[in-house]
Amino acid sequence: MKIDPIHQFNIEPLFTLGHIGNHTIAFTNSSLYMLVAVAIISILMLASGTQLVPGRLQSVAEISYEFVASTIRSTAGAEGMKFFPLIFSLFMFICVSNLVGIIPYTFTVSSHLIVTVGLALLVFFTVLIYGVAKNGLKFFSIFVPHGVPGYILPLVMFIEILSFFLRPVSHSIRLFANMLAGHIALKVFAGFVAMLGFSLGAIGWVGGVLPLALTVALYALEILVAFLQAYVFAILTCIYLNDAIHPGH
Amino acid sequence: MAESHGGAKGPAAGAHTEADGGHHGGGFPPFESSTFASQLVSLAIFFVLLYVIVSKLALPKVGGAIEARQNKIEGDLAEAQKLKDQSEAALKAYEGELASARSRAQAIGNESRDKANAQAEAERKTLEEQLAAKLAEAEKTIASTRTTAMSNVRGIAADAAGQIVQQLTGVVPDAASVNAAVDASLKG
Repeated sequence: MKIDPIHQFNIEPLFTLGHIGNHTIAFTNSSLYMLVAVAIISILMLASGTQLVPGRLQSVAEISYEFVASTIRSTAGAEGMKFFPLIFSLFMFICVSNLVGIIPYTFTVSSHLIVTVGLALLVFFTVLIYGVAKNGLKFFSIFVPHGVPGYILPLVMFIEILSFFLRPVSHSIRLFANMLAGHIALKVFAGFVAMLGFSLGAIGWVGGVLPLALTVALYALEILVAFLQAYVFAILTCIYLNDAIHPGH
Repeated sequence: MAESHGGAKGPAAGAHTEADGGHHGGGFPPFESSTFASQLVSLAIFFVLLYVIVSKLALPKVGGAIEARQNKIEGDLAEAQKLKDQSEAALKAYEGELASARSRAQAIGNESRDKANAQAEAERKTLEEQLAAKLAEAEKTIASTRTTAMSNVRGIAADAAGQIVQQLTGVVPDAASVNAAVDASLKG
């Protein structure tokens, strides 16, 4: 039996949408899971009632709302609430698609670098454009920290500028690598169980208990990571937006 | 952007089959640049769709529900506070009323007691005056009666003395000397 931990990341075109230049634009399994995530979020947020005493679904919707809102308020201040729809969309999209992706035989949208890069660049350009539009050239004062002696200022500025432009890289790779590595590790450990069983027979099945236990533990960890990476992505977005809103800090 | 099947001018399906063959041949799917365009377009479509749903429908709805609840709670608390204030005001008014009623009752009691006292005093005074008048009259009567009686006593004593002297001596005494003797003994 061949175990391919990479197979789960394959992009399978389901049907073709059209062409841009010489690129074929297809509706792929990735597109399908994006649609699933959007559908789940829409159902969660729209199908839950607006009762005074919330039911289960409404509680989840309201907790998500309050959670993201309080994250923005604590990191970017009240002015950051302008970006509430953006950050809420990012958080929910990543969180839901990650959690769906943990279900066996599904596809994880954020395990593809191009998707996380797309989202990170969206945040990067939002910060850059909003920051310049709101503060003008003062926005670039984020590259000049206060209280740094003049003789090392050029070096500090160089590092600050470099780190600013590396933000989308770290922002996207963090999410992508976490999801990719987690899914590969899960697949490998789960594969051990089957491999031991099929190659060693009864002894193998007994011996498979250990990797099975590890798989279960990893699975729990991956649920945490799925949520946590969405949260990290959202909170980093808030912190980057805070620079655009309050460049003086 | 380099594409593995960029040269293939044939039908799209054919191009994809080629690309898929490439995946299974050991390529690492997240780095297959031929799939990037499709994924970016899907991401753009679905993220924009999600953004529109979230910003136009979901957040206003859920935020509205939370705000409505907050308003309801605040309204209820304000209502409770208002009712509490009202009941406290009513209690205060009741206590004030009670105190004023008590003081009024005391005032009425004092007044009526004073009036009763004054009346009793006046009655006592008139009664005393009446009694005193009666007493004075009685004393006057007694005095006049006594004077009369005393004057009668003198006449009777003189008569009796004249008779006694006549019986003892057989001589009718001179009226003047009898009277003088009676007066002397009356004085003595």
